[in-house]
Amino acid sequence: MSQAALTGRTATSRRRSTKSSSGASWGSPTTYLVATVLISVCIAPVLYIIIGGFRSNSQITVNPSGWPDPWVLSNYTSVLASGMFWQQFGNSMISAVSTTAVAVALALMASFVIARYNFAGRNAMYALFAAGLMFPMTVAITPLYLLVKNLGLTNNLLGVILPQIAFALPTTVIILVPFLAAIPKELEEAASIDGASRLGFFFRMVLPLSLPGVITTGILVFIGAWNGYLLPLFILNDSANYTLPLGVQAFSSEHSVDTAAVLAFTSLSMIPALVFFSIFERRIVGGLTGAVKG
Amino acid sequence: MSDSVTALPQRSSRSGPTRGDAHKASPRSDRARADWRKRFEIAILSGPAIIMFLAFVIFPVFMAAYYGFFRWKGFGVPTNFVGLQNYVVIFNDQNFRDALTHNGFILVMSLVMQGPAAVAFALLLNQNIRGRSLIRVLIFVPYVISEVIVGTGWGLMLQYTGALNDLLTSMGLGAFASDWIANPNVAIWTLMVIISWKYIGFAVILMLAGIQGIPEELYEAAAIDGASYWQIQRWITLPLLGPTLRVWAFLSIIGSLQLFDLVYIIWGQYVASTAGTSTMATYMVREGRLAGNYGFGNAVAVVIFVISLAIALTYQRFVLRRDTAGALTEAPGRKQN
Repeated sequence: MSQAALTGRTATSRRRSTKSSSGASWGSPTTYLVATVLISVCIAPVLYIIIGGFRSNSQITVNPSGWPDPWVLSNYTSVLASGMFWQQFGNSMISAVSTTAVAVALALMASFVIARYNFAGRNAMYALFAAGLMFPMTVAITPLYLLVKNLGLTNNLLGVILPQIAFALPTTVIILVPFLAAIPKELEEAASIDGASRLGFFFRMVLPLSLPGVITTGILVFIGAWNGYLLPLFILNDSANYTLPLGVQAFSSEHSVDTAAVLAFTSLSMIPALVFFSIFERRIVGGLTGAVKG
Repeated sequence: MSDSVTALPQRSSRSGPTRGDAHKASPRSDRARADWRKRFEIAILSGPAIIMFLAFVIFPVFMAAYYGFFRWKGFGVPTNFVGLQNYVVIFNDQNFRDALTHNGFILVMSLVMQGPAAVAFALLLNQNIRGRSLIRVLIFVPYVISEVIVGTGWGLMLQYTGALNDLLTSMGLGAFASDWIANPNVAIWTLMVIISWKYIGFAVILMLAGIQGIPEELYEAAAIDGASYWQIQRWITLPLLGPTLRVWAFLSIIGSLQLFDLVYIIWGQYVASTAGTSTMATYMVREGRLAGNYGFGNAVAVVIFVISLAIALTYQRFVLRRDTAGALTEAPGRKQN
């Protein structure tokens, strides 16, 4: 609790101190060499996908590991011009955005109760969500599919969104509770002296103060939902309802001879998660520090 | 986890009203009203999350245990009760035992391959080097893109006529070219490389966060005492990184036992078992969903769950205990009164 705030503070002060000193020193060449190799290994396969999309199939067949010569734009333009890509892009957006919004909102309310109310079932409630970390979707997928089928939600985005929200709750609650518990008690007392109820305190003080935690969990939930494969695989069976991961797989089996188009489709479908992540990247390290230590 | 729950102080809120009666100043009805209001707020705020969680996470797991006792095609109410027959079939099926072995191999090799590398990379990236934040973003890229994209991209690259073999040939290393995906001697190592590539960014970021949580004063004190860089890492960073390492190992173990997406996308349901990369989860989907034997599929799910739970609880009891004993009992907030 206070430890989360503490680690947050030391992390920022440490970052500040290293930043001020990094202006002068360059470090050893070995460090840069190792870092360069590491980074190359990390992004080479991704570059292979993106650059491969700029080649033609004959280029790929003749020289599988070569450079585009000449650069071909038609793979990308034909994917961007296809209605199916945008349909599936839209499905992924609906699924990821609504899962993120609802899961974070529900988890924030539950975490507020766990962190700021004193009642008999509080620890049991926390343990319930903590135990949820042990129930990954893989184990529950078959009965989950049957449940969704009985609710009449197969081949419906709602049938994907509802379970995604539920499975996102444990991680989100576990990360948010330390953030909410770290808000000083004096703030709550001051708010109540000023006449705010506990709910008023929640909306006026807790929401703005827990924003870093909310953003961290929001990114994790969004990326998880955007990339989700197993659940849509079970629930959705019509390509017009597919989310992008299923779309990529369907496209790559339908166009198995058109490697260049598959690469173009694949690289376009990873852009949103990458953009979303790079905007908020700084928050992730800070948020995870609180979660691991808290 | 469960034993720390039972050890918690029970019914602590009961003491509130009785202590309140002693103070004659506050009228009883006001206190009761405040008490009801508080319960109402708790129900409104936590109710939706708990209902969603119970309905879509806990309930299906219990239903799996129930369906697992039936031979059932997924239509209507299961009636053909077969007792433990499904479980007998599972453990006598060589395909399942193979899959279990693969899971065990992946579990151990993930820890061995990713753990030391992640710590080393985190130490490296914690140094004062230019472009550190850019490196951090790039190392996380494989973790952020979906398993389907990773599988499709690597699958194309590793084909026999794909980019990797072409690159090896052009570098004069054609002798090393192999059928990375279908050859049963190398396929599981191919899988390990792809898994490490995909998930090491997450491990590195966790370790970095852990290292940054170590108080600066310890490093200053060690530097004043004349400790070398490696001495400082060995005697300060590594021991204090313990909790982070143990949490990471826990997540890695659970992930290894549940592995599905990458194998299913790259190898498919049939090649996975001939190439020696099938996992319990791909076995479950193949024998349960695709074969239409939902009773049997649920029994496999139960087996995966019990194995995961047994390993998780053992790990928690003997390894994580020190770290989470406090986390579960104390973390949920400060004591109010």
